[in-house]
Parts: sequence; structure tokens; C-alpha cells
Amino acid sequence: MLSIKNLHASIDGKEILRGINLEVKAGEVHAIMGPNGSGKSTLSSVLAGREDYDVTEGEVVFNGKDLLELSPEDRAREGVFLAFQYPVEIPGVSNINFLKTAINEIRAYKGLDPMEAKDFLALVKEKQKLVELDGKLANRSVNEGFSGGEKKRNEIFQMAMLEPKLAILDETDSGLDIDALRIVAGGVNKLKSKDNATIVITHYQRLLDYIVPDFVHVLYKGQIVKSGTKELALELEEKGYDFIKEEIA
Amino acid sequence: MNTLEKITSTDKILQQINLVAVPTWAEKQRALALAAFIKQGIPSRKHEEYKYLNMELLLKDNFTFSSNKTVTANEIHFAKMVKNAIVLVIANGVYSEELSTIENLPKGLSIQNISAASDNELFKKHYSAYADINSDAFIALNTACAKGGIFIHIAKNAIVETPIHIIHVTSATKNLIVNPRNLIVAEEGSQAKVIESFEVIGSFGHKIFSNALTEIVLGENAIVEHNKIQNGNESSYLLNTTQVYQNKKSVFTTNNFTLDGSFIRNNLNIVLDDEHIESHLNGLYLTNGSQIVDNHTLVDHQQPNCNSNELYKGIIDDKSSATFNGKVFVRKDAQKTNAFQSNKNILLSDDGTINTKPQLEIYADDVKCSHGTSTGKLDEDKIFYLRARGLSEASAKKLLMHAFASEVVEFVTIEELKAYIETKISERFK
Repeated sequence: MLSIKNLHASIDGKEILRGINLEVKAGEVHAIMGPNGSGKSTLSSVLAGREDYDVTEGEVVFNGKDLLELSPEDRAREGVFLAFQYPVEIPGVSNINFLKTAINEIRAYKGLDPMEAKDFLALVKEKQKLVELDGKLANRSVNEGFSGGEKKRNEIFQMAMLEPKLAILDETDSGLDIDALRIVAGGVNKLKSKDNATIVITHYQRLLDYIVPDFVHVLYKGQIVKSGTKELALELEEKGYDFIKEEIA
Repeated sequence: MNTLEKITSTDKILQQINLVAVPTWAEKQRALALAAFIKQGIPSRKHEEYKYLNMELLLKDNFTFSSNKTVTANEIHFAKMVKNAIVLVIANGVYSEELSTIENLPKGLSIQNISAASDNELFKKHYSAYADINSDAFIALNTACAKGGIFIHIAKNAIVETPIHIIHVTSATKNLIVNPRNLIVAEEGSQAKVIESFEVIGSFGHKIFSNALTEIVLGENAIVEHNKIQNGNESSYLLNTTQVYQNKKSVFTTNNFTLDGSFIRNNLNIVLDDEHIESHLNGLYLTNGSQIVDNHTLVDHQQPNCNSNELYKGIIDDKSSATFNGKVFVRKDAQKTNAFQSNKNILLSDDGTINTKPQLEIYADDVKCSHGTSTGKLDEDKIFYLRARGLSEASAKKLLMHAFASEVVEFVTIEELKAYIETKISERFK
């Protein structure tokens, strides 16, 4: 589904990604772990299409399409979903209105008619349950006055509504307590299928007890330096990132 | 010896004013107002309050004071955006009973043409008691010329549920100046909702300058909501003065929506002359093309324990310009005043201009006052978030601008009016 080859990216002239290679197939969960400054956020930003970053080399192919050529909205419409690490608050724009617009623009892109109002409301009711987001929050402005945990749950709620092919979770666990973590992970797991894929970007192993990865990659100084299975995550937890630094030295 | 003297706009206007007949009872006032107008003259850019506008240039053309066109009933259907309202039409500066719907007025509400009200004691007490002819040339000009405006009286403890909608409409095929003048007296304990909308019919390549003045007096415990809708086109120029006087425990809310027109200058002056008064001033201006919008507000806290809140928001595009000058005076005796002012602007183009000037003059020492202004572009992070969910850049910006503007619309309590404004905002951001 996703093929990243030799991806180099920089911001303000400083190179952050130094040749990333990654293959993600449908039905897989990949975890990307790394210390601070390794390029985790840069990777998710580049995949989502943030214009601050310059891709200086390499390619990203998503379901046969050149992802880097697409605008952020077209990437979303093709089925890429980024769950933000710090979701912004948008006062004055209701969650419902925003999602309805998003769903209908995605449908228009695919040549479909807009969703009927009653079908949309039924979908909202159904998906809210996945992340235990109650009706009141859905009617509020996007993320306005939401706690950290509620914001993250709202990201997964949106994911449930938009049904992406590839979900990139950017440090979704940061700032969450155990209960929030459990709900968020539970939502992600329920949305997993053999037709979609998930990239979980995280600093800590803890989330991976709940969202069990098929593959774990360690990102260090802009490159994936080691790949393995979920045991690698446990090893990292035990030994810290230093052992990776020593290994590649 | 220089015999070539430039004829100023003041001179030209004076030539015309003398052709305007006013009712007998108004003659004394007119004489005083005329003298005040001559003394002040049309303000030049050196005048502090008019430095961002070129009034002299605007008024240098030849203007008449009466229109050569009549406004018909069919022509004003479009302006009746609130179906359930008492409609009062001021056509070319003169109140028209034929075009208005004044049958079966609610109890406690009386509506009269200013010329007919001159015997009314209440009218005589309040008319021109608040808008000071010596403080502004346009107040002087309006007072000198005013002849056919509306006197609205809401009786003691009368609660008028139906909104009172004053439609100012102008139509002319030559340059025209009109000076509509209204007085609204809401007595002790009364409540009312007023809408003043400004419309222009037809665009004939001429200038239609409306120098409109409304005085509003709130008695003790009175509650008045005042909404202004300013529409227009490239021919319309509006200088709108709203002079408000509040008594003890009264609550006044004014929501000003400047949606179109070539030039709009609003002078909003509110005097809080007693304790426990609340004043809410809200405004939204959406400008594009070469429009000029200038909002000058003055909130005068004269006594203790009063609250005022001001929120003005603007979205400026193309080469248009917007000015906000918000003055708050807190007099020596006005202890425990809470006065808050905020002006937020979004600039969509590099050629637009925003002038924002908060002015707080505080002479009491136990008060809470704040002012804040912000001017910027739409938030890039918010735009990206929406795009990352599938919205096009244009859709994302539209959603954000609409959200920005909607904050002010929330203050309107007349549902039909709210819907109308939301539609106008959507049309603007198509």
C-alpha cells in the first residue's frame, strides 16, 4: 500500500530525514519508535503534506500514486489519515459541520453524491460509541475546550468517520492517562481490517501493549536503523535508545 | 490680491441647505445647528476624528438635498428580511407612512413622524438633547436639515416582542445628500428590539450620501437591542451616528453589520449616566474592492458600577480599508467600572489596510479595563488541519472565515435576522 524509498526531507535548510525506506502492506500495523529529534514528527508531516518541509530526494508511492505530488486534501481523499499529535482547536466550526463537509468533499472526489443528512447522523451516532465520545462533544466546536484525552479521542472518532486506508498515528499516546489510552487504542483496534494499514509513531512502548504491531522500526537521526517485530519494542523499553546508538556506532 | 478662492465642500453644502425647508417648530434648532455647522465645517484630514477619511474629497461634488426619484412599494420587498416585524420605511431621508406597516401596533408602542411629534412633551424633552451639534459637523448638518424622521416611543413597562424594523432606502439619479433623523425613547422598564437597515436601490454612477442620525434613550431598567444592517453599492456613502443615553440599570446591546457600500462611517456614542448599567457594542465588517469602513465608538462611563463590552471583528480583502477607533472614558466618579474592548481583524490581501486605535482614558482608580486588538491572516495550522481531512484550501478558508464572523452574529436574538446575516456572510465567501 505504501512504499517509501530513500526519502530525504529538510526544513529551513536543515536535513531531518536522511533516506527513509519503508514498505507497508494492507492489513499491517507498523510502529515507528525513536528518541526525540529523530524525525518522527517530520515523517508524519511530510506524509500528510505539510508545506513547511522540503522533500529533497526520494519517492513515496501510495496505492500506485505518487503521494508527494498530491495536495494535503487529495492525500486525505485518497485515503491517508493523520491523527495529529497536537490537534488544533477551531472555535466557531462545529465538529459535525466540519466532518460533514469533509465526508462530502471526499465523496465528491470519488464521484459520489453527498451523504444524506439522516445517514450522516446515524453514522455519527454509531462511530461516537467507538471512542466513548458523547453527543455533547460532537456538537461543540472542533476540539474547543477539549481535554488532551478528549482531543485524541476526537482524532480517532474522525478516523472512524472517514474510514481511511492508511492511518498515521502521530504520538497519539502523548499526554494520555491509562484510561484514555485504553479507549483510544480500543478504537484503533476496532477500525483495523485486512484492507487498511496503520503506522503508529511513538516514543514509548506502552501504547504497543494495546495496539500490537506486526513490525517495529527504530528511527534515529533521520534514518530507520533497525527493524524487527514487537519484541524489539520490549528490548528498547528495557535497554533504552542508547543500545541502538551503540549498535550502529 | 488673490480673487480665486476655492469653493469648499462646506460652502457647496451651505448653498443647498438653505433650500431645505424645515417645520416651524424646528427653526430655532436649525439656526443653532447651522451656525455650528458653519463654525466646524466639513472635517479635513487634519481633524483627529476624521484623519483616515477624506471627507472633503467625498463631498466636493455638487449635491442636492432632495431626490428626483420616488421609492415604490415593489422596490422595497427585498429589504424586508424579517417577515414578523413592524416595518417603518424612510425613503430618501423622509419617513413614508404609505410604505410602512403601522396598523395594529402592539400596546405601549407609538410611532410618529417627527413633524407631528413636536407637541409631545416627551419628544420635546429628548429630541436633540444628546447628539451634540458642537461636537461633530455631521450632527450639526443633520440637525439643521432634519424634517421627516421617526419618533418611536415605548411606554413605561411595555414589552414589545415584535422587532421594529426601520428600513432606510435611497434612490436617485443625481448626487444626493439625505439627513434622516430618528428618536427612540424606551421608558422605564420597557423592552424592545430594533433593526435599522440601510439599502440603496439602483446604481446610477452618482453619489448618494446618507447622513443618518438616531438618538436612543433608555429609561431605568429598560432593555433595548439595536441591530444595524448596512448594505449598499458603489454609489452609496453612509455616515451613521447613533447617540445613546442610558439611565440606571438599563441594558443596551447594539450589533452592527457592515456588509456592503462604498464608504461607511459609524459614530456610536454611548453615555452611561447612572449606576448598574450594561452596554454591549458588537460589530462585524466585511470589506472588499475599494470599500472604506470606519467604526468610531465612544463609551462614556460617568458613574460607578457599570459594565461595557465591545467586540468588533473585520475581514478585509483587496484594496479595502477598515478603521476601528474605540474610545472608553472612565470618569473620576466611575469606580468599579468594568470596561472591555476587543478588535480582531483578518487581512486577506496584501493591499488592504487596517487602522486600529483603542483609546482608554481612565480617571477613576478602582476599575477593570482592558483592550486588545489583533490583526493577522487566517491561521495556517487550522487551514492545514482541515485540508488534512479532505477539505480544499478554499473550503477550509471559507469555513474559518465564517466561524470568525459568526461570533458576532451570535449576539443577535432575532432568529430571522440571524439567518439573513448568515446567508449574506456565506454569499460573501463563495
